[in-house]
Amino acid sequence: MNEQLLTVSSSPHIRASHSTGTIMRDVVIALVPAFAAGIIYFGINTAIITLICIASCVATEAVLQKYVMKRQVTVTDWSAVVTGILLAFNMPVSAPWWLAVIGSVFAIGIVKQCFGGIGQNFINPALAARAFLLASWPTRMTSSAFITDSATTATPLGLLKEGGEAAAASLPSYMDLFMGNVAGSIGEVSALAILLGGVYLIVRQVISWRIPVIFIGTVMILTLAAGQDPLYHTMAGGLMLGAFFMATDYSSSPVTVKGQIIYAVGCGVITSVIRLWGGYPEGVSYSILLMNVATPLIERYSMPRIYGEVKGDA
Amino acid sequence: MDIKHSTFKGGIHPPYRKELTKDKPLKPVSPPDTVVIPMSLHIGAPCNPIVKKGDLVKKGQKIGEASGFVSAPIHSSVSGQVMAVEPRLHPNGQKVMSVIIKNDMEETLSEEVQPKGDMDSLSPQEIKDVILNAGIVGLGGATFPTHVKLSPPPDKKIDYVIINAAECEPYLTTDDHLMRDFPDKIVYGLKAMMKVLGVQKGYIGIEDNKPEAIEAIFNAIEDKSQIEVYSLHTKYPQGSEKQLISAVTGREVPSGALPMDAGVVVTNVGTAYAVCDAIKTGMPLIERVVTVTGSAIKDPQTLVAKIGTSVNHLIEECGGFSQDPAKVINGGPMMGVAQFSTEIPVIKATSGILCLNKADAHIPEPSQCIRCGKCVSVCPVKLLPLYLSEYSIKGDFEKCKSYNALDCVECGSCSFICPAKRTLVSSIRVAKREIIASSRKGN
Repeated sequence: MNEQLLTVSSSPHIRASHSTGTIMRDVVIALVPAFAAGIIYFGINTAIITLICIASCVATEAVLQKYVMKRQVTVTDWSAVVTGILLAFNMPVSAPWWLAVIGSVFAIGIVKQCFGGIGQNFINPALAARAFLLASWPTRMTSSAFITDSATTATPLGLLKEGGEAAAASLPSYMDLFMGNVAGSIGEVSALAILLGGVYLIVRQVISWRIPVIFIGTVMILTLAAGQDPLYHTMAGGLMLGAFFMATDYSSSPVTVKGQIIYAVGCGVITSVIRLWGGYPEGVSYSILLMNVATPLIERYSMPRIYGEVKGDA
Repeated sequence: MDIKHSTFKGGIHPPYRKELTKDKPLKPVSPPDTVVIPMSLHIGAPCNPIVKKGDLVKKGQKIGEASGFVSAPIHSSVSGQVMAVEPRLHPNGQKVMSVIIKNDMEETLSEEVQPKGDMDSLSPQEIKDVILNAGIVGLGGATFPTHVKLSPPPDKKIDYVIINAAECEPYLTTDDHLMRDFPDKIVYGLKAMMKVLGVQKGYIGIEDNKPEAIEAIFNAIEDKSQIEVYSLHTKYPQGSEKQLISAVTGREVPSGALPMDAGVVVTNVGTAYAVCDAIKTGMPLIERVVTVTGSAIKDPQTLVAKIGTSVNHLIEECGGFSQDPAKVINGGPMMGVAQFSTEIPVIKATSGILCLNKADAHIPEPSQCIRCGKCVSVCPVKLLPLYLSEYSIKGDFEKCKSYNALDCVECGSCSFICPAKRTLVSSIRVAKREIIASSRKGN
């Protein structure tokens, strides 16, 4: 009856409409409010650094895939764009252009592609690059590099760490922290902007609420227990950006529910310990990187109980 | 209405597309010129044909004898003359011994077809024999012989019979039509099966996207303490046997065991309907309801078709193709089997014929796993499809086994949801096959 060939394939015969590309694009959309806050508080340099990072990340991925690995070029999946934006958001606005380029090449070339590309990096590429830059060019990545329009150059967490009356007096208000009118990395300053993006990701089911909420919750509880202001700790520094956008990186966080809970609590504990008792004012990026490397182990011990599993059977 | 609501954890929300056929009346297919009845219409041993070329057969006459306990006899769906007994293409993709009968259009009934009497006057064993002799098998798609399901070993106590009326497969409206048009027969069939098993409590689980069916069934139940209707959240795979059992009874079927190990027997809507017919009129299972639908069909409808009718005939009944079909599926889009030809007969497992156009049949190329974990969150069994698939592709089937590959129900939710479009369930199927094969070799 019909002459044309019919396709035969294994079921299921229908697929969800989303794809890796649409998910990564959603992450980019979710980062727009924080980008806008960066422009408002730090000026046009925000855009320049972000664009340099995006361009270097995408170019690094394309060149490596095409000429070195001789594979299909997958930059259209937007994942390199996400890494670029996140790296830029972790840099001070005064960062020179070459720092952005080096960070991008490191993030994509070493951390992502050397380990097998998307889904295979065992730590978050943007955070690893940030740690690399921080170790290599500390003065360009820390306090003295933070310049804002206001007189303050020290970050809120730096001030908190410094302690004393003078520092306490120059601590920014809740309102400034919430809106983003403080010193800090490009994308971390506005709690409001990050919250908007984070809620968008949860609503779009790109991420689950588990990691960010438990991560932040753990920090709040521990800082409160240590006699500090939990709300201040939540909004200051990179906690919001880290919890919503960095700790939730698919490749380097557990896929199991129990695993995600353990991982998020771990991130919160390490962040709090570094902030409260460590040498650095900020501990978000190191906490996430440490938990990243623990992810395979966490997954191994957090296997879900399967339907109908009988005790002692597995 | 006093209806309970329930569901399971995990699952997906595929586009249902039931509106294509839902509101069109159930239509009997015009009698086909010939029928091709394969001798394998059920899981288990194929039947031995007991007619030969030239024989005259009547409608409802037995033409295939069951060749084992897990088997079910096969009956002619028309009256006419046997033209050939030869291998023909079966929807399973292979050639299977089939009886080809030319329809004389007389619909002469076999003497074997006699009402079996009142359910109350029949003993459980008599009802079971009626079911066995009528060739009734599970019509949800697995086609497990119903009399076997109704014969649990004496040490297994069955507490509940559940009618699986979820119909969670997209596109299909087979059970929906049956429930709306014949609610009394379905309730009757359920009661008969409860009597066979000596069970006091029956349930009918229906997804809540079928409110009319829920109402019809509810109104058809006389003793509402004996049989309860469950309104199930519309979510795939709600009709997966194990998920349905959990949603309705709160019990779990132990890993590697059967529903009867949880004290439950689950059957399908069409099966209950067939049981009712077999008792009331004595008619064996010779026709079934088939939803013919999809973007390539001109006028999608739900049809009543004789077993053995050519799928081409069904497609013509629905106005033919509106555009070139790129994929023809026996069953629904989630678990149905893609066919390479439409020259196949309707079998007892044919719940639907889904014809997709090029755009709908398109499956994007798979890319690298991004570890988003969506497959983990949708898996109704709580497996880790991303790892199972990875180990299967690497050929590490031992690892697949330790990750519980054998518990996979092959619902396909993981493949559906995967943003990287990976064919997760296919690779898990491969692993399951390999694990079973190597365990057989080991014994």
